[in-house]
Amino acid sequence: MNIIVVGLSHKTAAVEIREKVAFAPTQMEKPLNAVVALPDITEAVIVSTCNRVEIYATTRDVAGGMARLKRFLADYHGLSLEMLEKHLYSYHGEDATRHVFRVASSLDSMVVGEPQILGQIKTSYGYAAEYKSSGIILNRFLHKAFSVAKRVRTETKIASSAVSVAFAAVELAKKIFGELSDKTVLLIGAGEMCELAAKHFINTGVSGVMVTNRTFERAEKLAQEFDAKAIKFEDLFDQLPKADIILSSTGAPHFIIKEKDVTEVLKRRRMKPMFFIDIAVPRDIDPKVNDVENAFLYTVDDLNGVVATNLEQRKIEAAKAEAIVDQEIGQFFKWLSSLEVTPTIVALRTRFDEIRKAELAKTLSGWKDLPPGAEKRLEALTNAYMNKLLHHPTSLLKRTDQGNRNDLYVDALRNLFDLETGAPQENMVDLED
Amino acid sequence: MNALLFNSTMVIYAAATAFYLAFLVKPQEMAGRVGRWLLRTGFLVHCGFTLNRYLEAGHTPITNLHESLSFFSLATVGIFIVFEARYKSTIMGSFVTPLALLILATSAAFSSVIPPLNPALKSKWLAVHTIMAFLGYAAFALSFGVSIMYLIQSHFLKKRKLGPMFQKLPPLDMLDDISYRCLTIGFPLLTFAIISGAIWAETAWGTYWSWDPKETWSLITWFIYAALLHGRMTTGWRGRKAAMLSIFGFAIMLFTFLGVNLLLPGLHSYK
Repeated sequence: MNIIVVGLSHKTAAVEIREKVAFAPTQMEKPLNAVVALPDITEAVIVSTCNRVEIYATTRDVAGGMARLKRFLADYHGLSLEMLEKHLYSYHGEDATRHVFRVASSLDSMVVGEPQILGQIKTSYGYAAEYKSSGIILNRFLHKAFSVAKRVRTETKIASSAVSVAFAAVELAKKIFGELSDKTVLLIGAGEMCELAAKHFINTGVSGVMVTNRTFERAEKLAQEFDAKAIKFEDLFDQLPKADIILSSTGAPHFIIKEKDVTEVLKRRRMKPMFFIDIAVPRDIDPKVNDVENAFLYTVDDLNGVVATNLEQRKIEAAKAEAIVDQEIGQFFKWLSSLEVTPTIVALRTRFDEIRKAELAKTLSGWKDLPPGAEKRLEALTNAYMNKLLHHPTSLLKRTDQGNRNDLYVDALRNLFDLETGAPQENMVDLED
Repeated sequence: MNALLFNSTMVIYAAATAFYLAFLVKPQEMAGRVGRWLLRTGFLVHCGFTLNRYLEAGHTPITNLHESLSFFSLATVGIFIVFEARYKSTIMGSFVTPLALLILATSAAFSSVIPPLNPALKSKWLAVHTIMAFLGYAAFALSFGVSIMYLIQSHFLKKRKLGPMFQKLPPLDMLDDISYRCLTIGFPLLTFAIISGAIWAETAWGTYWSWDPKETWSLITWFIYAALLHGRMTTGWRGRKAAMLSIFGFAIMLFTFLGVNLLLPGLHSYK
């Protein structure tokens, strides 16, 4: 069984492309079911964040599986594969494992070391577990990825400093406003990154925070958490002139703040500058807002630039993290191949036993004057014969110290005895860590 | 003595400018510090030159282009030193010292001989009128430099070019604030310079206002800055718009000062 990864990220696609391929977090059942329904795809997890959209799957047919996943991404979102293809990457085997371990450890993030990605993958995995699209391999695979990420976080300093998109936003705000102590932050919508950015602003010291949400209860709940003022979504444009820094992260499929709104709002606040941070994918704020005098708009992509200078320091820590990832890949593959071996042995024994039983039954059914106890002895004889025959190959396969040869044996056995070894479905979900 | 002090000032300002510019483009804190102390030293020498000139001439040494350009440069550096200390922003120097150096260098192009004082200028009003006018000009010059910084920083922010220079330049609001403060200092000074000029004109020429080109252009300059300040205070003109208007105002002010003296004949055409 092979693990394959197909997807795109901030490294291969701009936000304009990513937002077209994104999956809504509340509607994951349909795409997950659709992926596992594809021929030769047995398990699937879909990760969709503002910086990446990736499908992790297991398949027997690597090339075919990748092609199907690519086709799925294009078809599901109604895009042409020709257009999308150039933004997609695909990995299998060790490369796939390394990729996912790196993503979970935030080594592939826009801001290397930012902590949000791990939570986002856990959430994505939660959906896959809930809708039963992930099985024994991906379960184990992602749990391994989480533990690698945890090791990286505790054993390196990669996430210790506050460098993140959120931190970058605070730094930029300081470059616009200087002092933030008399500035007001407005949160539109909720979301982990948005809330994190708000926390950074509060820690830096702002004079006030306002929160709005389409569901007022959620706004109130968040407002309580931040000691902020909840405002009704309908009042957004009444309150907007009071806000200096606007963090937007709604799930709206279209722009909620447009150029003319901002022109109007700025007049009402006597042209005092406004800093818009659009964390949502698809975007909440019309990019033309940046053309308005005294309005500054940054999307998740733009925030990347701010932390570029900090990346040098991070590289040293990242090198340590890569070493941890490499080490863990070795361990994971040991397990993965043992997983391949066990069902193979089971299938092999089943096949032998079926033949044995069938032949035994055939023999016994035509045997009229069978002496008492002979049936038991024949049963024992054939069993012993079968076990002796299988003993050596079984113990050879169970040895885990032979590297790639195991795969070879498993493959040969499967072909020689025409075995089907679908990985058994199993649930092992513990998302709490 | 005069020439020695003047040339020393020029050399020190040039060195300070070089260090301030190095501070702008290179990641060296040291360059900024050296520039700062060089400029302060240069300012003292420049003050010495001006005082010496006053003692030699026996009247306020702002009577011809050489002297007034030198005083303009001195006032610009003086006001800058105050703002640099107040806002703790060395990087401003990278934009203001080249301007001060340029003004002083222009001054060197005109004759430094102390001429006999034009009888019309023999008045107590000379000191009041000219010093106020040039302090006002200096404040506008600083506003001009800071406005250019604002436009650059605003460009960086809008285009998301967040390189090392962006990191060095001060926050937009601070630049906007400095520019505004400069205007609130420069505008009253210009106003008083015009009023004192009118009173002086009445005593010297018998009329408060004679629509001499200098007077006309001063009034135009005054109206531009008045409009800018009015816009800022009432409708909240700020940011790029205010910065561009401040730059425009400075250009008109330069014409009022130099263009009128050199190109348009009139009562104020001292060379």
